[in-house]
Parts: sequence; structure tokens; C-alpha cells
Amino acid sequence: MKRAARLVIFYTCLFGLWALLAQLKIWPPYLFPTPWGVAQELYYGFSDHSYWIAIAVSMRRVLIGYAISVVAGMILGLGVASNKFLEETMGGLLVSLQSLPSICWWPLALLWFGLNQKAILFVVIMGSLLSVTLAMEDGRKQMPKIYGMAGRNLGARGFQLFWHVLLPASLPFIVSGLKQGWAFAWRSLITAEMLYVSLGLGQVLMMGRETSNMNAVIAVMILIIGLGYIVDGLIFKSMEKRLQHKWGLTAAT
Amino acid sequence: MSSNIQNAAAPIVIPGHRSPARAAGPRSKFGPASIGHTLGHVSPEIAKVGLSEICLSYRTHGGERLLALDHINLQVRPGEFLCVVGPSGCGKSTLLHLIAGLHPQTSGQILVDGRPVEGPGPDRILIFQELGLFPWLTVGENVEFGMKMKGVSKAEREEKTRYYLRLVHLWQFKKSYTHQLSGGMRQRVALARALATEPDVLLMDEPFAALDAQTRDLLHDELERIWAETGRTIIFVTHNVREAIRLGDRVVLLTFRPGRVKREFSIDLPRPRVLEDVHVAHAARAILDELREEINLSLEVEYSVGVKPHLAPGAEQ
Repeated sequence: MKRAARLVIFYTCLFGLWALLAQLKIWPPYLFPTPWGVAQELYYGFSDHSYWIAIAVSMRRVLIGYAISVVAGMILGLGVASNKFLEETMGGLLVSLQSLPSICWWPLALLWFGLNQKAILFVVIMGSLLSVTLAMEDGRKQMPKIYGMAGRNLGARGFQLFWHVLLPASLPFIVSGLKQGWAFAWRSLITAEMLYVSLGLGQVLMMGRETSNMNAVIAVMILIIGLGYIVDGLIFKSMEKRLQHKWGLTAAT
Repeated sequence: MSSNIQNAAAPIVIPGHRSPARAAGPRSKFGPASIGHTLGHVSPEIAKVGLSEICLSYRTHGGERLLALDHINLQVRPGEFLCVVGPSGCGKSTLLHLIAGLHPQTSGQILVDGRPVEGPGPDRILIFQELGLFPWLTVGENVEFGMKMKGVSKAEREEKTRYYLRLVHLWQFKKSYTHQLSGGMRQRVALARALATEPDVLLMDEPFAALDAQTRDLLHDELERIWAETGRTIIFVTHNVREAIRLGDRVVLLTFRPGRVKREFSIDLPRPRVLEDVHVAHAARAILDELREEINLSLEVEYSVGVKPHLAPGAEQ
């Protein structure tokens, strides 16, 4: 309860400061909007359904892209971790590719797929695939070997062994990589949407700029932060907590 | 050397201390006194597990080939409780991994029920020294795991899980996660998990080495009881000679690197035996005399000293 109180005080102060600065009118309102202006914009955006649509479109894209990344990344990561040749060759390439911002794939994607959904999906996948792959590779290596042996000893084979033993055994080691992959996927999506008229949140954000509607710009930024927080702070946090509880990694709960 | 040990095939018999009524268990079907002279010459047809000329060598990081196991020959009777002792580094754990089918041997043949071992199988379950319980599963799910892999129906799995968890007195903990249990309880979960797949052969790799003395004594009793109730063949690896005598029908002593069968001892003491019993201690002394040479050898290599460190009798216990 104390923590909640501190949070309320912090955000009250933050918005108070914002309101105060806006009220002083140091900058014109079209450059520095008021909190109530932004709130009103949010209300309009949701009541005429345009924000709902933008959120639905963006979430759909990121979920599809992320799901593909997770599946492909796990397979790739496992492959790299369990094959010495792949590790020596692909391993270094994957690490160096990760230094490439995912939006750098945009021109290539445009030429390959044209200006459409596939190009956006491609950028999202390229953004998150590598983190998932590297996390899986690392998780597979960090995972104590005893679990794989115990699984084989008890009769698990092939896909059974992967699904019932290797995957759950490496989860605590890859959950942070999955989280990072999600963050990359989300950022890549918004960036790509900003470059392409496409209904998503990124496009609504650019619309704000084009119509010089600073209220809309801030409102959409808040939406993007909020959605990111919901997925990261609620879904991944609870997943981590559950894992820690099961594995007994938390001290005396 | 103790007068109780004449040669490799000599049973350790302490006359006047037999209580046949208490010496129940699967071993009785072979006759407790008759096994002494057939030691090491169990005919391969009746052997549950037969190792012939097993060699294992591997390449070290330096690139040289190291011989870990050197022509091991061993026949294990159905329902026998066989203990394998040796200094650390004699390859006794490796031997279990080979029988479990987790690694291939370099040469030689392992037969179980007359069929060669080609990989892990549900007829042989190994209990690892580190147990390898799955922390993401509850106690009950751990016990169920092997049956689930075999495709056993849910109803049957539940029934057997209940049976084996009751057998190790852990039924009320079936919904706990393994990290919530004590070392001795985890040990029993591992035992239940292995038994639940109903293997003919149970392979145990120093399972009680990390436990306190009281817990270990209790688990010795339980293991002996379960062995008598289920009639499994058990191959039990330990570095503790007294433990081997406490549990085994027969004790096989391996040499230090490369592991060879140095000697076999038939343990003909009445069951249940007590670790502190004078006859157990007496029998242990005889085996320890043999083992001490190997321990000294292993210490010499591990500490790379020229002088053999003197080990007081009983230091290995």
C-alpha cells in the first residue's frame, strides 16, 4: 500500500509540474500542450474508435511477428547451441547482425515485398528474432546438462525431450531474452508504421505531426508507452514470478 | 589382511550370527549360502545384466587418450543387490551411465536380459548423484514423468504415482515443488520417480553421499524394504565401504584409473544389517584394506605428491 501511495504522489507531482509549465505559457500551446488537452484528445480518440482501431492493428502485427520470431528463434538458437559447426559460423554472424538497427531492413523489405503488411512484418521479425535466438542459444548452454540426461534416462525422445524437458529447463534462462525480443519487436513495429501509412499507432502518431496536433502526438506517445508497460510489466513480470516460484529462486516467499 | 577373506570368491561369513528368519528378500530365491562359490561366474543366460570386456577411453583436453574403464566383466543376477565401490576417479559412475545407455562404451558388450544395450530404455533407470529432479514440475508430476513419456494412461499414472509416493512416504507432498523439500525427501522423490517407470534394473549413483548420517540410515532401511517388496535388481555405486556392506549381496571393488574389477566380495551377513554393527565393521575392514591401496594411488595422482599419504583405517567411512 505504501508503494501505491508513493506512486500516486510521484505522478501527481509530475502532472502538476506539467500543468504548471503549460499554464505559465512560456512556449505556445501548439508546441507545449496542456495535460487536459491531451486527456481530451485521448477521450476523442477512443470515443470515435480511431485509437481502438490503431491499437488493434498494431497489436495484431506485433503479435504475429513476435510469435514467428519466438518459434523461429528457438529453433535457430537450439540448432546453434547444439551444433559446433553452426556455433562457430552462425554464432558470430548473429551477434554482429544484432548491432544492426532493425529499421535498416526497411529499404530491403520494401524492395522485396513492396509497400505492404509483409514488409512491416519482416522488420518486426528481424527486430526480435536475433534476441530470441541468442537468448535460446545462451539458455540451452547455461541449462544444467543433468536435465537432458535425466529426461533421456526416463524415456523422453526427440520432440518429447525438447517440449517436456529442454524447453522448460531453459525457460528461466531465456525469459529475459524473450522480454528483450518483445521490446525490440514493439519498437521496430512503431518505427516501421511511422514510415508507412497503415492504420497502426505509428501512423496515428505521424498524423499528429502532419496536422500539427501536439495533443494527439503526446496522446499517442502515452498510448505506446502504456501498451509497452502492460505487456512488459504485467505479462512478462508475472511469468518471471511464476518461474521463480516454481524453481525456488525467490528468497523465502 | 582379515582372515575372512581368502580369495576373490570368498564370502564374508561370520558364523553364529545368522538369523535366517530375518534374511528375507528376493535374494532368498538363490539361497543365501550357495552364492559364494559361483561368484563372478554367473552364467550369462541367467544374468539380468551382463558386462563383458567393457572398455571406455576418451580424449582429454590435452589430446591424449585416457583409459577410464579397462575390460570390465560383471554378471548381475536377477533381484541381486550389487554394490560397486572404488576411489573417486575409478569410473564407477561412468559404468552406470554405460548400463543406462547414456553413453556408448568404446568396446565390449552390455547385455540386459540377453539383449545388447543401445541407448536408454525403460527397463533400466538411473538415479543420478545430483538427482536431476525437474524443478518446474511438482513432486507428483516428477514421479509421473517417465510413465507420461511411455504413454501410460492418465488414470494408471495417477494410481501408480499414489502407490510409489506412498511407498516413499511422500504422498502428502505430491503438490510441492522439489526445492521446498529437504535433501532426504528429494532423494526419495528421485527413488519414487525411478520406481514408477517400473524398471527391472535400478542404477543408483552415490545417492546418499550428500546426506546426514541419520537421514542416510533411514533411507538405507527404506531402500532395503522397497527392494524386498519390489524385487528389483539394483546396482548401487558408492565410495562408502560400510554402506556397500550394509546394502549389498555382493560388493565389487574397482581399481583406480583405469577402472578394473579388483575383487568381488560376497556379503553373507543376515539382513537387516546395521551400519554400526561390529560384523559390518569387521567386513568393511577387510575390503578397506584392499581399497586403501587404490585410494592412496588416487591421492598420489590428484595431489601429485611423491610420498604416499597415510590413511588411518576407517578414514574412508
